[in-house]
Amino acid sequence: MWWTRLKALIVKELLAVLRDPKARLILVGPPIVQLLVFSYAATLEVKNVDLMVLDRDNGHWSQELIQRIGGSPTFRSVTLAASPAEVRLAIDTQSVLAALEIGPTFSRDIEAGQPAEVQVILDGRRSNASQIVSGYLGRIVGTLAAETPAGKRTGSEAIRIEPRNWFNPNLTYQWFMVPNLVASIALLIGLIVTALSVARERELGTFDQLIVSPLRTHEILLGKLIPPMMIGLFHISIYILAAVFIFGVPLRGSLLLLYGSAVFYLAAVVGVGLFISALSMTQQQAILGAFLFMVPAMLLSGFATPIENMPAWLQPVTLINPLRYFLVIVKGVFLKDIPLAEVIRQTVPLCLIAIVTLSAAAWLFRRRLE
Amino acid sequence: MTASAKAEPAPFVRLTAVTKRFGTAAPALDAIEGVIMGGRITGLVGPDGAGKTTLIRLMTGLMLPDQGSVQVLDYDTRRNPGAIQAAIGYMPQRFGLYEDLSVQENLDLYADLRGLPKSERRRTFSELLEFTDLARFTTRLAGKLSGGMKQKLGLACALLRKPRLLLLDEPGVGVDPISRRDLWKMVENLTAEGIGVVWSTAYLEEAEACDHVFLLNQGRLLFSGPPQEMTGRVEDRVYRLSGIDGRRRERLARFLDHEGVVDGVIQGEAIRLVMKSGAVPPPLGKGDGTSSARAAVTPPRFEDAFVDMLGGGPGGRSRLAETQRTFAGDAGRPVIEARGLTKRFGDFTAADGITFDIPRGEIFGLLGPNGAGKSTTFKMLCGLLKPTAGEGRVAGFDLRRDAPEARNRLGYMAQKFSLYGDLSVIQNLNFFAGVYGLSGAKKRERIVLMTEIFDFRPIHDMSSKDLPLGLKQRLALACAVLHEPEVLFLDEPTSGVDPITRREFWTHINGLVEKGVTVLVTTHFMDEAEYCDRISLIYRGRSIALGSPDEMKARVASKDLPDPTMEDAFVALVEGSEAREAA
Repeated sequence: MWWTRLKALIVKELLAVLRDPKARLILVGPPIVQLLVFSYAATLEVKNVDLMVLDRDNGHWSQELIQRIGGSPTFRSVTLAASPAEVRLAIDTQSVLAALEIGPTFSRDIEAGQPAEVQVILDGRRSNASQIVSGYLGRIVGTLAAETPAGKRTGSEAIRIEPRNWFNPNLTYQWFMVPNLVASIALLIGLIVTALSVARERELGTFDQLIVSPLRTHEILLGKLIPPMMIGLFHISIYILAAVFIFGVPLRGSLLLLYGSAVFYLAAVVGVGLFISALSMTQQQAILGAFLFMVPAMLLSGFATPIENMPAWLQPVTLINPLRYFLVIVKGVFLKDIPLAEVIRQTVPLCLIAIVTLSAAAWLFRRRLE
Repeated sequence: MTASAKAEPAPFVRLTAVTKRFGTAAPALDAIEGVIMGGRITGLVGPDGAGKTTLIRLMTGLMLPDQGSVQVLDYDTRRNPGAIQAAIGYMPQRFGLYEDLSVQENLDLYADLRGLPKSERRRTFSELLEFTDLARFTTRLAGKLSGGMKQKLGLACALLRKPRLLLLDEPGVGVDPISRRDLWKMVENLTAEGIGVVWSTAYLEEAEACDHVFLLNQGRLLFSGPPQEMTGRVEDRVYRLSGIDGRRRERLARFLDHEGVVDGVIQGEAIRLVMKSGAVPPPLGKGDGTSSARAAVTPPRFEDAFVDMLGGGPGGRSRLAETQRTFAGDAGRPVIEARGLTKRFGDFTAADGITFDIPRGEIFGLLGPNGAGKSTTFKMLCGLLKPTAGEGRVAGFDLRRDAPEARNRLGYMAQKFSLYGDLSVIQNLNFFAGVYGLSGAKKRERIVLMTEIFDFRPIHDMSSKDLPLGLKQRLALACAVLHEPEVLFLDEPTSGVDPITRREFWTHINGLVEKGVTVLVTTHFMDEAEYCDRISLIYRGRSIALGSPDEMKARVASKDLPDPTMEDAFVALVEGSEAREAA
């Protein structure tokens, strides 16, 4: 009897989403956009840098330096400036990110074995990119310095650092980003589909129909819970396929563990969605509420910026964020065959969050019916 | 000049073969011809979806016809919409009042928008506030006004610059009969000044009061002329059968299947019949309880003529009721009980101590204007709202506290179409069958039955939101009765549907009631209230009268008004209750 009722509700929920052209768009549009934007456009690497050089030396060594910079793939263009004013203007108008000023005695100082100076001017408005460019330039200058007469003399004594990146040896940006997206797409879809479902029924007046039917409150909740989880699992699967077959991300761990923990993750997310849904009277409010939760959840998850870099008072807040735990699992399963114990360690908090959000949603639901 | 215009009404609007299509569906308006005169109230009458709003929007020049032309005040809407818009007043269905602004702020805003010179404002405002009787409420937020007051404020805004032509789109919707009469009187005063008024409505009784009527149905103009000409067509063919022994609904069903009967409805204790021309008198026979009945010719109503024009109502047979199981009458306990039901929202009392009993096999009506508290009472009984005080029971169960299975005995049909619009007809039926615990053969059997009775086969796979209103209404009924409920809750079930669909709907309900189903219905249609066995008149949260429709009418009958209508009774009872309160 209860199964007949619940099945009818689940089928109805899935049909309502799949037959509504707007809802269908939500299922197809954002996932594609997110995949394209985050994996191609929103890259954290610094490429295509425009650089200006004010070469007041015009000697052998300054030419050598400029050629080396021009040969690096990081830099798109190297323009020669005639005066400091030109450098200032180029930085002001953001037509270049950085400028290099080579002093008039640069080549002479090097030949004389004396310390030579170059000045790097960076655009502080783009602080992150500037820092990275400064690092690149420093490395190029450092290599050059090692080949100068004075450098060769001391070179034999210097310590060489040989960095090696585990799990992502070439530091491929997409290896890092695409597994993150598996977690964030489930958050996006799970939240929006759930948040809209109750609000839509309220707006159309069909919610009253459900309440006067013999469905019990927990059956309505289950009926609202299961379909978004199914849709979320579907999206997770699509993204895993895309990660492996389009972006060539290695899948080193166990898919079983990934899906097992995904169920708890989705339950936690859908619980938040249901809570928002029970609070909102219209679909607009529901969408707003979903984004109000989603943006901080993304920022406080370690998705783009490490949690360890956040101020100490903010770090505990991330503990209630389901995305934080699932990110560890997804990245772990993809890149390093994460052990079962670690998956469990991350799934337990997910489970607790799910219990809290779902009970809160159920409580609010019942209260709203009063 | 004004005097001559008053004496001789001039044609204000000329409609020439006006056709308007939306998409590829049947035209919303199909070759409409006609003239609307100044100094008169012209009714645009027809059910929802007939094309009333489209026609009004064409007259404003906000929309252009696909074929034909619309000339308003001698301007063509294609060439000179600006000149037209400057000379007309237009009040759309939900007038664009700003609910968070006060009455005065709304007036100021519309005065700015319409470019009313500052020097004229004081005089115009005080005139309009007096005219609409809103002077006491200038500081109240528009959102806090009653439905009737909102419409009056909307009318005031439309009249800020005195228009020559006033277009009112369903001004009577959601307004109580008293406010509706006020509104009507105001509009009549305007016509005395030579202003032309177009009043669109789905209430057929409003049509009778107009000077001229355009009757629209499915985009076609069925009739144009004075309403008396329309009702004149069925003159002497309308009978009122009183003194019927026993079950009048069953008698009505039999009459409806009779050869010579065009239309028939329950009217209180009596039956109202419209005969085919020439087929007089109604067939009274021995042994079917009508031997003691008297048939008297009664003045025709607009609706009688409308149904006659559409070729008569459906027969009296309800296959739905025939296949329904019978609920034996246990006379002991009422099926629905309301005991002092009270609901407060903050300091506002939406329903106050409402008490009534409904025995098995009775149709009970909650009658009242929007916002009076009938929906609140209704929702408390079917378990959607928790009463602040008092108790409601359905079939002995308190639906909020007792097992959800008790709700299996209840069928519910909500005010607006509240099925799942994106689901197809068959998916809706499947869903409601499942939710009410039907499965396997039983489920298939019931769904096949509904499909046959309501003729859903050709539209099985259509999304239900794309169905015409009449079919939506049928689908809603089918979903509500799939599980053979013992009690039916109907919230404004036939608002805006055409009279034929309404007849069909009530034929099913009457049949179900004969099988022992108990029905609670809310309505603001006065004539629909007469289909009920008993009604409770809800006004400002309280039940101000309880009894059969005939009792209510008898209570207010007087020498001046020997045969009051239901609306007369409503108005008199409300005024009586207000007078008592004031005393």
